[in-house]
Order: sequence, then structure tokens, then C-alpha cells
Amino acid sequence: MNGYYFSTKGMCVGYGGKPLIKEIEIALPKGEILSLIGPNGAGKSTVLKSIAGQLTLLGGTVVLENDSLAKMSADKLAKRMAVLFTEKVKAELKSCWDVVATGRYPYTGWLGILSEKDKQIVNEVMELTHITELGKKEFDKISDGQKQRVMLARAMCQEPEILILDEPTSYLDIRYKLEFLSLLQEMREKRDLTVIMSLHELELAKLVSDKILCLKGEYAQRYGTPQEIFTQDFIERLFDINEERFWGNEKLLWYLKQVTEK
Amino acid sequence: MDSNRVRRYQIAFFILAAGVVLFLILNICIGSVRISLTDVVWAALGQKSSETADRILWNIRLPRAAAVLILGGALSLAGYLLQTFFNNPIAGPFVLGISSGAKMTVALVMVFFMERGTRVTAAAMILAAFAGAMLSMGFVLVTARRMNHMSMLIVSGIMIGYICSAITELVVTFANDAQIVNLHNWSRGSFSGMTWENVELMTVVVFLTVFAVFLMSKPLSAYQMGDAYAKNVGVNLMLLRVCIVIFSSILSACIVAFAGPISFVGIAAPHLVKKILNTTEPILMIPASFLGGSVFCLFCDLLARTMFAPTELSISTVTAIFGAPIVLWILIKRKKT
Repeated sequence: MNGYYFSTKGMCVGYGGKPLIKEIEIALPKGEILSLIGPNGAGKSTVLKSIAGQLTLLGGTVVLENDSLAKMSADKLAKRMAVLFTEKVKAELKSCWDVVATGRYPYTGWLGILSEKDKQIVNEVMELTHITELGKKEFDKISDGQKQRVMLARAMCQEPEILILDEPTSYLDIRYKLEFLSLLQEMREKRDLTVIMSLHELELAKLVSDKILCLKGEYAQRYGTPQEIFTQDFIERLFDINEERFWGNEKLLWYLKQVTEK
Repeated sequence: MDSNRVRRYQIAFFILAAGVVLFLILNICIGSVRISLTDVVWAALGQKSSETADRILWNIRLPRAAAVLILGGALSLAGYLLQTFFNNPIAGPFVLGISSGAKMTVALVMVFFMERGTRVTAAAMILAAFAGAMLSMGFVLVTARRMNHMSMLIVSGIMIGYICSAITELVVTFANDAQIVNLHNWSRGSFSGMTWENVELMTVVVFLTVFAVFLMSKPLSAYQMGDAYAKNVGVNLMLLRVCIVIFSSILSACIVAFAGPISFVGIAAPHLVKKILNTTEPILMIPASFLGGSVFCLFCDLLARTMFAPTELSISTVTAIFGAPIVLWILIKRKKT
């Protein structure tokens, strides 16, 4: 017991036995939000999939409180950890309520029939994520922003302690981005939810995260609070931004400053 | 919102069950010798009306109708499983070459035993068909890994089907004359010549498999959402995949062993059932697909026997006429959306 809710020790991730990133060390207290940032192709999704047990670890361990993930049964893990990935969801002829209800899977009996309690939880979670009015709509016919919220509700139905999100804001316009992130913070306050996600938008990552993990190359570059991470020279190095390239373009330089300013 | 849906499911299941009963009666009564419903009822109560009617009823019509009901349902369910497995609405045992693979091994086994003058038992036929189905399934899985496009999967399945059919033809060509007639009828697909012995065996195999599939409806419904989400809620993907492959192969093998390859039922019946139920939930679709396949096959077999009586059409001729347009309809509708 080290006092952290989620931690990794010497975690090594990659595809097909080939290590992509080695020796990742994360230590996250309960109820904090961790964002993974880094350039495209740095392996953010790979790290998230490995944490969620979708990819086999090539080395090291992932620990939830005192339990090693590798030793936890799939059923038990499903009740503690929920995911929201970028993969398209197939939900032919399903209403949004149905899709949210699929999150109750780990709790239903062996034929998967929802009890009254399950239904009540589905309704509560839909209220919590502000999608009650979407309930009867067909999932395939709603917008991407709405789908993302429905999928968040689905994940919350698993009553997880920790949520793994892969670029949850990518397809959303600015309003939905902000709404989604405020929803995450709300959930953290109400349910003491721990969140690990990857984000493209640095300015948003800086705003909502408690911890930041920077990925680039063979090893994780840095792990710390936003204040520690967001310094101009480090962000420039992380993303290979050469300030000289933007010389004369005051607006872009100003944007860069905004992101990195404390 | 629930009560509307429940009502719809109740009506749908009632229609399907009524369809099974109706076509079962029609199949028993209609034929070259017409048997009235009262005769059937009398016979069921153990009273003999006339010697010939009784014999036709017990030895020909009833076992045949029972076989169509069971195998039709099995075929439809096999199609539904494969469609779920490949996430592809036009997958089925026939288009993926699984039926042809089973046909090939059954033909090989039949010729092998007949050369030695022994008859093949029904159980041996099922085993041979299962081996062939698994063989084709293996090829389909290997090719599916290399290309993930939906239509390419079907094209490779059809190619596998052609290869297996060619080998079957080869075997038939070099077999003795007397055997050819036997093989030829069967290889085109037909429900004729069913014995009670056959019906008993297929009932046991098919119903055990259907029951096992029904117990899989919870993981299947998670599987429909996609691999990542299925895994996240705790589904053992590898085990589920192996089960789907084995159970769909058993069902396909049963059909081929007893009735030969039958086209399109595996695609058309589950699709129509899905439209009636307006859901893809396995817990409803598994029993409904079975009933739907039974109705579809009972209807088609009735036409195959009676349309040009006394000449009997091969069952695939009739199922293709009604099934192929449905497949086209699915393809056109997919293009639009």
C-alpha cells in the first residue's frame, strides 16, 4: 500500500511483442484526473488500452489499490474500471437507453435480464449525465456529441471507480468539449471518480487535469502536475515546435504562450 | 416505453408460432394424396382412417415436416450466429462456403463407405459434415484476418464454396453409377426420404445446440457492441468466438448431413425476423430466428413438393427464389445509409 489509488510500475507497452514505450511509472491518488499528452503516434492509445487490459502488458504491473490488474478476474475488473474508446460503437436498432443499459452487464444474471434496480441505476446515470431526454431516440441517429455522452453514461452504468477515456473530445465541437469535460469534473466530485484520458487539446488538458503524463519516444518524458509540465520550452520540445518557424506570426506565438503560461 | 415493445415482441412471437403450426398442418395435409385435417386428428388420437393415408402420414409426411421444422430453424440460427460473428448481415453457412465444405466431406465419406458396400450411419454423416464445416470455417477465418472488408469475406467464402463443390463433383464423377443418383439428389438439397430415426437424431443434436446458444445470449449481446466494449464488461472474447464457431458449424453440419446444402435461408430468415421484432437482442433473436427459419423452410418445402407435382423441385431452387431478393434488398438498403 503506497497511498495511491492507481499506479503502474515499470509498465512496458506495445503491439505484437514489440515494446513501444518502456518503464512507465504512474502514481495517481483517488479522485484525480490524469491526462496523457504527446504528439500523434506517440502511443497514447496503446498506453490506455494496456491499462484497461485490452492489450497484454509486455512488462511491469498495473495496480488498483492493492490488486494487480493481471490477477483480477474480468468480471471483477468490469465492476471497477470502465472505458470509452474511439472505436465506433455498433448499436443497430438500439435506443440510447438500451445502449446505456449495456453498461449493467457485469451486474446482471447469466441471461443478462435487467432487474428493477438495474433500470433505476440506468435512469439515475442518464440524469447525472444530462441525457434523459435522449432515452427513446435511436442511437444510430443522434449526433457524435450526443453519442459521446451516451457512451459516457454507459461507462458510468458499470459504477466504476476509474474511467479510461481515449480522446473523448476529438469529434466534439467546442461547446460539447467543454460540456463533456465539466461533466467529468462533476462526476469526480459526486462519485470520487478517478479518470485517465488522452487529450489533444493542450489548453484543456492544462485546465482539467491534476496530473499530466507526456509521451514521446521510447520512454515517458515527464509526469507531474500541469504547473510542472506546461513550460514553453518543454512543450516545444515535446511537440517539436520550432518557434522560429512562426516568427512574424504574432497570433500563433500568442497561442503558444497561452498554452504554456502558468 | 417498455410496454409497447413487450407488446410487439408478444405479437411477433405469436405470429411466428402460428406460422409454424399453420405450415406444419399444410405440409402434412397437402400432397399427391390429400389428407383431410380430420384424418390427421384421428391419426394423432391413434385411430386408423385408412391404411394408405395412415402410412403416408406416419412414414412420409410427418417425419419430413418435423425434419423441415428442425433443420430450417437450425439453418436460420446458424446464419444469425455467423452474421453476429462477422458483423456482416449477409454472412451465412451457404455464402461462406461452410455448407459446401460439409457437402464435400460427406460426399467423400459416402463414396468411401459405399465402395466397401456398407451404409453410412446418420451419426457418421453428421461427424463428417462437421469436419467439413470446420475446415471451411478455418479457411474463412484465415482469409477474414487478412482482409477486413465485408464483401471480400463473402467473395472468399464463395470461392471456397466453388473449390469444395468442384472436389465433390470430381468424387461424384468417379463414383459408381448407382451411387451417383443417390449423391446427386442429396447434393442439390432436398428434405425427401426422412426417417424417424433421422428425426430423432437431429432433434437431439439441434436442440442441445440451440439451448447452448441460448445460454450465450448475454455475451453475444455484448459482443455486438464491438470487441473493446465486450472485453471491458468482462466477456471472454476468445472463448465466445470458439463457441460461436463450433455451434454454428454443428448446426450447419446437421443440415448438410440430412438435407444437403440449402441456400439463402440463413440470411433471409434472420433478417425478416429482425424486421418483425425490431431488435437485435440475441435473447429474443435466437428463439425467433429458429421459428422464422422453420416457417420459411416449411413454406418453401411445401412449394417444392406441390408446385410441379409429381416432379419435386430441389429445396434450394425455392429458397433462392424467395431468399435471394431479400439479400439484394439488404445490400441496396446498406448502400443508401
